[in-house]
Amino acid sequence: MAGSGTSAGPDAARPAEDGYNFAYLDEQTKRMIRRAILKAVAIPGYQVPFGSREMPLPFGWGTGGIQVTASIIGRDDTLKVIDQGADDTVNAVSIRKFFARTAGVATTERTEDATILQTRHRIPETRLAAGQILVYQVPIPEPLRWLEPREAETRKMHALEEYGVMHVRLYEDIARFGHIATSYDYPVRVNGRYLMRPSPIPKFDNPKMDRSPALQLFGAGREKRIYAIPPHTGVRSLDFDDHPFEVQKWEDVCALCGSGGSFLDEIVTDDRGGRMFVCSDTDYCGRRREAGHTGPAAPDPEGSGA
Amino acid sequence: MYVAVKGGEKAIEASHRLLEEARRGDPSVPEVSTRQIAEQLGLAVDRVMAEGSLYDRELAALAIKQAQGDLIEAVFLLRAYRTTLPRLGNSEPVDTARMAIRRRISATFKDIPGGQVLGPTYDYTHRLLDFRLAGEGGSGGKAAAPVERADVPAGEPMPRVADLLGHEGLIEEEAAPDAAGAPPTDITREPLRFPAGRDARLQTLARGDEGFLLALGYSSQRGFSNNHPFAGEIRYGTVAVEVVPEELGFAVEIGEIEVTEVQMVNQFMGSAGAPPQFTRGYGLVFGHQERKAMSMALVDRALRAAELDEAAVSPAQDEEFVLYHSDNVEASGFVQHLKLPHYVDFQSELELLRKLRAEFEAPPAEAAE
Repeated sequence: MAGSGTSAGPDAARPAEDGYNFAYLDEQTKRMIRRAILKAVAIPGYQVPFGSREMPLPFGWGTGGIQVTASIIGRDDTLKVIDQGADDTVNAVSIRKFFARTAGVATTERTEDATILQTRHRIPETRLAAGQILVYQVPIPEPLRWLEPREAETRKMHALEEYGVMHVRLYEDIARFGHIATSYDYPVRVNGRYLMRPSPIPKFDNPKMDRSPALQLFGAGREKRIYAIPPHTGVRSLDFDDHPFEVQKWEDVCALCGSGGSFLDEIVTDDRGGRMFVCSDTDYCGRRREAGHTGPAAPDPEGSGA
Repeated sequence: MYVAVKGGEKAIEASHRLLEEARRGDPSVPEVSTRQIAEQLGLAVDRVMAEGSLYDRELAALAIKQAQGDLIEAVFLLRAYRTTLPRLGNSEPVDTARMAIRRRISATFKDIPGGQVLGPTYDYTHRLLDFRLAGEGGSGGKAAAPVERADVPAGEPMPRVADLLGHEGLIEEEAAPDAAGAPPTDITREPLRFPAGRDARLQTLARGDEGFLLALGYSSQRGFSNNHPFAGEIRYGTVAVEVVPEELGFAVEIGEIEVTEVQMVNQFMGSAGAPPQFTRGYGLVFGHQERKAMSMALVDRALRAAELDEAAVSPAQDEEFVLYHSDNVEASGFVQHLKLPHYVDFQSELELLRKLRAEFEAPPAEAAE
C-alpha cells in the first residue's frame, strides 16, 4: 500500500468496541480533559494539572496523548499516528489500532489528510495547515526538571518567570564546548512567557512549532499535565545573540528519496561500519518516491533486485 | 540493501498469540481456575486488590491468571478496568473499632482489652519446605479437623490500643476530619499537589508498591530518619461498608471487606509548641497484608516531619520523592517505555557526539570564551 491512502475500511464501518464508550473514556472524563485543554490554550505553554486516568496502555507509552486525542476526537475525524516520524513503528500501530477499535474512526498515513495527528518525538516534514491538531505524547513536561527535581519549586519558578538557570545551563555548554550541546528536547519560550519543553522532538523540528497554523496540544499522562500552543503563536528556541539557535544538518541526503531537507535516521547496514541515512518521516519519504524522486540507494523500481 | 521495517501489525498479532501459548503452558497440565487462585493464592489476590485499588477478589484472580502471576501486570489490568467504572457514591468511613477480628496483636502491652489474637500468620512457622504440598492432592486435599478459634466476641467493639494511650494524654490526639469541611481529596480523580494533605498521602501509600514502601520503611529504621516505632497494634479482619442513600437518609450496609490496620506508636521529644508525647503512623490496606500495612505506617510517620518540626533529611521523609515514585503502574510503564524506539533522539545524540569528538580531537581555532 506504499504508505499512502486513507483507511476507512472495515474499521470505520464497524461500531466502536462493545462495552466501552466512544473513544474509550467516559464523557465526564472527556469533559474534564477538555476543560484542561481550554485552559492550556488560554495560557500558552502553561502546564495545566489534570486528573489523568489509567489507560489500557502503559504510562510512558503515550497515555497523555491518547487521553487528549480521545477527548477531542469525533466520528468525522481522520487520525494519523506516528512514532519517531514513522506510521509503522509498533507503538504507532498499536495506538492507531486502539482508536480504530474504540472509536471506529478513519485512519490515514497521509499528513495532509489527517484532522488529528498524534505524535511521539517528531513533527511531520509536511507543513501542517489551519484546522489540523497535532497531539504530542510527553514523558516529562517540566523543562526545568533536570535542574530542579521538585515540583513545588518549579511551579514557583514558572510563576516568577525565573528562568535564569536554563540560560546558565546553555551558557555552560558554550563555555565547555563552544556551542550549545542540546540536540533534542531543546527548551523554548512560548508567546514570550512560559518556558516549555517541546517533548523530546529533535531541535531540527523546533522551528516548525513557531507560528504554526495548526493547534498543538501536549499530553503527559503519568505526570498528569496538559499544555498547548494555540495556532499562530510565537515559539522561540532559547539562544544568545552571539550563539544563535541552529538546527542539525546532514552531509548526506535520504538514500531512498534523495531529500536533503528532512530529518534523517541512520541505518546500520553491516558490522563493518556500513550505514545509510533515510528520512525518519515515512509518509514524506514514500510520497516523494511516488512522485519520482530517488536517492543514491533507492531500490530498482521494477523490483528486480539490486 | 535497506529493508523498510514494515509489518508491525503482523508482529504484534503474532506476539499476542505467543503470549497466549506461554500463559497456558503445557496443555497436558490442567488449567488453573480463577476460583482456585482466589481461594489458594489469596495473599496474591489481596496485594493485587490493594495496589489495583479495587476490592473484587474474582477480578483480581482473573487479572493474576491473565498476567501469568506477574502481580504488577495484574495490578495494571485491574486499574485499567477500575478507571472505566462509574462512581455511584461514597461510603461512610469504615469503623475499624467494630472490626470482626481474625487477628489482633500489640507489641506494646502484654494484655489488652479484647485480648491478643494470633490468628493465621506465618510469623512463627519454621520456613521448611513442606514436601507434602508438592504431591498432587497432597495434604491440602483432605480438610483437616476444624481449628478451635479464639473466643472473640462478635459485634462488640474492640478498642484500638492507640486510643488506650489517649486516655492518659500520652499520645497525640487524632483529629477527625471535619465532617462539614472539604471532602477528602480523591487521588484517582485529581492530580497530586504539593504539599499534599494526609488524605492524599494515605491514599497514595495504600495503593503504593509494597516493595518500595517496605524498603523506605526499612530505611527509616536504619537511621535514614529514625522514629523509634513500636507496633502499637496490628489487626486484621472484616469491616462493614456502609452507604447513605440519598432517598433514605440513613446508613445501609452494602457488604464487608477484609482489611489490615496498623497503628505505629512513635517516640517524639516534643517541639516548641508540643509537649513530649507519642505520635502515630497509620497503615490501612485491603486484605491480609501486614508487611505492607506496617511499611505504610512507618512511611506515613516519616512523612510527618514537616508537621512535627523535624528535620527532613532522608528519602522516606521527602514527600515528593515518596509519593511521586510509589505507584508501580506509573513506575513500571515509564521504566519499560525505554523499550520503545528512540531512533530520533538517539540520532540527535549521535550527531552531537560525533561533533563533540571531532572538536575534541581537533579543537576549533578560536577557543570559546
